[in-house]
Amino acid sequence: MQVNENKEFEPLIVAFCCNWCSYAGADLSGTNRLNYPTNVKIIRVPCSCRVNPMFILRAFQRGADGVILCGCHPGDCHYTSGNYFTRRRMTLLFSMLDFLGIERDRTRVEWVSAAEGAKFAATMNEFTEAVKKLGPNRRLEDLRCRKQ
Amino acid sequence: MQRIGVFVCHCGTNIAATVDVKTVAEALGHEPGVVISQDYQYMCSESGQNLVKNAIKEHNLTGVVICSCSPRMHENTFRKAAAAAGLNPYLVEIANIREQCSWIHKDIATATDKAIILGKAAVAKVHLNAPLTAGESPVAKRALVIGGGIAGIQTALDIAEAGFDVDIVEKQPTIGGKMAQIDKTFPTLDCAACILTPKMVEASQNEHITIHSFSEVTDVKGFVGNFTVTIKKKACYVDETKCTGCGLCTEKCPMKKVPNEFNMGLDNRTAVYIPFAQAVPKVATIDPNYCMMLKNGKCGVCSKVCSVGAIDYKQQDSFIEQKYGAIVVATGFNPIKLDKYDEFAYNQCPDVVTSLELERLMNAAGPNGGTLLRPSDKTHPHKIVFVQCVGSRCDDSKGKPYCSKICCMYTAKHAMLIREKYPDTEVYVFYIDVRTPGKNFDEFYRRAVEQYNVHYIKGMVGKVTPRSDGKIDVQASDLLADEQLHIDADMVVLAAAIEPDKTARPLATMLTTQMDTNDFFTEAHPKLHPVESATAGIFLSGACQGPKDIPETVAQASAAAAKAIGLLVKNSITCNPCVAHSNELMCNGCSSCEKVCPYGAITYEDKEFRMPDRTTAIRRVASVNPAVCQGCGACTVACPSGVMDLNGFSNSQIMAEVDAICK
Repeated sequence: MQVNENKEFEPLIVAFCCNWCSYAGADLSGTNRLNYPTNVKIIRVPCSCRVNPMFILRAFQRGADGVILCGCHPGDCHYTSGNYFTRRRMTLLFSMLDFLGIERDRTRVEWVSAAEGAKFAATMNEFTEAVKKLGPNRRLEDLRCRKQ
Repeated sequence: MQRIGVFVCHCGTNIAATVDVKTVAEALGHEPGVVISQDYQYMCSESGQNLVKNAIKEHNLTGVVICSCSPRMHENTFRKAAAAAGLNPYLVEIANIREQCSWIHKDIATATDKAIILGKAAVAKVHLNAPLTAGESPVAKRALVIGGGIAGIQTALDIAEAGFDVDIVEKQPTIGGKMAQIDKTFPTLDCAACILTPKMVEASQNEHITIHSFSEVTDVKGFVGNFTVTIKKKACYVDETKCTGCGLCTEKCPMKKVPNEFNMGLDNRTAVYIPFAQAVPKVATIDPNYCMMLKNGKCGVCSKVCSVGAIDYKQQDSFIEQKYGAIVVATGFNPIKLDKYDEFAYNQCPDVVTSLELERLMNAAGPNGGTLLRPSDKTHPHKIVFVQCVGSRCDDSKGKPYCSKICCMYTAKHAMLIREKYPDTEVYVFYIDVRTPGKNFDEFYRRAVEQYNVHYIKGMVGKVTPRSDGKIDVQASDLLADEQLHIDADMVVLAAAIEPDKTARPLATMLTTQMDTNDFFTEAHPKLHPVESATAGIFLSGACQGPKDIPETVAQASAAAAKAIGLLVKNSITCNPCVAHSNELMCNGCSSCEKVCPYGAITYEDKEFRMPDRTTAIRRVASVNPAVCQGCGACTVACPSGVMDLNGFSNSQIMAEVDAICK
């Protein structure tokens, strides 16, 4: 395995964003030209509660260095209660991942409303920095999936 | 074999300036299944859409990926274009390379790389897209308006005008709401009752409007176009069909010490009562908490004096079940309780009143017949202090964080009316800011200051202390002069914050609509869908959505009516096809999905299955009602067997996206 020491480590971050709040918040940070790193790749889901823990495990298996899940603020869910499920499910999942050696800073749930473009960009900047400090995810990465 | 077309938009220079679109189109052209990959200046323009349409026909495409702006912007545009070219609209995917790529990144190389990855994810997803067909469901041609204040009345009148039947459910014995209690309205100072009561009568006489007064909504089932609502008509112990509203029973009732809610408890009514003279429907109601006949069976005066025999002590709550196509929520507001505000001595001193109480004190139909007198000793007040923002714009837990919006204007109105009627009375108004946005509002406020010499003082009142001589000591600070003030007031009027009605939260749960942290109903979009709730078929009217004055309430009420009419004129509505579905062969009927469904869209049914050994067995399996399902996907994650899936965002599609991004 070749590691280029000169090149700064660029983490791969998968962001799941709910269609109604966070995806719109991400769009708003685009409309306002608020920069955040290219490391963040967004996947649109109807609601944060659509995110199956399998998706997050899969992302880590395939080499993602951090996964962030964004949804509507508690109480503001477009589907009334979806983000409450997210909150409970992810609390469990993240503590299990922590146990498996995926540091807490690699996983995050954040509530971003459609009006919080600035918060979205700030969260992504902050999260990317945090993951960058941790270095690449080697714990769950399946080397067979690594691109040659 | 999939045949996918990729179309990369320049969006003028919006995308092309930071993303090398040619490279993106080139790279995506090598993806498996992609048969054509093009870039174009403006993909959403007519010629851009024609490019897509022609490619679909020419290459017989089975899937389309558009790399352009946010799907929230143009997904529908491209779906329509695909449908016009004969491709199922749900076989179109958008890669958002503008809002989420070109606009936020500066470096062309990395932005282009990211755009390629986003494009690849969309290609990977579209491989697994299935053609979806939107179903249809019929619309019941009847609307329900919950709340009979000015918002509900206006909405009902407008819907009835369009020829649809409307039911108003009002929890009080009469419609009219808060506006009926108000004396004059700002900024025109015309009499509230004079403009409201004709509308109330109009509503009661309209052949399309049914008023269920003294009733509550107890259950809501169903979905847009097809709600089934249970309405509880509370027992009022008077036969509405017989009562003529003559009022003889209210005169003769011996129980005369019941606090009168309509006059904010400032005077008393009888146990059998008609809320006010212009009440609609004008029928008597017996208050079971005070009626001696209902409490201990000794009295019966009202039934003796009633000439039409309308009194029925044995009346029970009755329930009505009705189908509706649309529901309009107009539950309105209430001033907050001031129990926690000891510093203003509201509970200790009768001469410290809220603005709504002052409204009743000044009303000709109020407890003093329109003469402003102190509630304690019925003398004329000579010095009145108004305190603004009591509970509004508060960051502590006692009050509300928002501005109640109407207080600045009604306080200016009160001050002006008092100065007009009693020029010997001095009026002080303590404010944080005076907020007067609105047509003729600032002019109105300036009139209060300049023409009527109302003393506006920037600063908050710290303490209100009732004194033994009947005066009230008001301690306040004048922020502009930077001094402490002591005012010997005769009356203090508190502009209490307004909050949504207490019935709103349980109602929101029944309707599966959203509320914000302050219990105001949340609109579907703060700018573009201000009167729709996020739940289809439920519309918002008036102050239940946020603090509003009367003109705004009426405007919103009419807007909600227009939206409801737009729904009711349709014979059927198309449903969102991106709904959950289960694989019945593998479902074990565990009920996990049913428990998490916020819409009650999942039911269980017993189905006959052929088993491998050629016998048949009956199994309990989940079944999703596609007309009720809103497509959140909560059930897909809850399903332990993984057989619940969501159209348009299936497990395999999202997995494919994850894989494409992480490759």
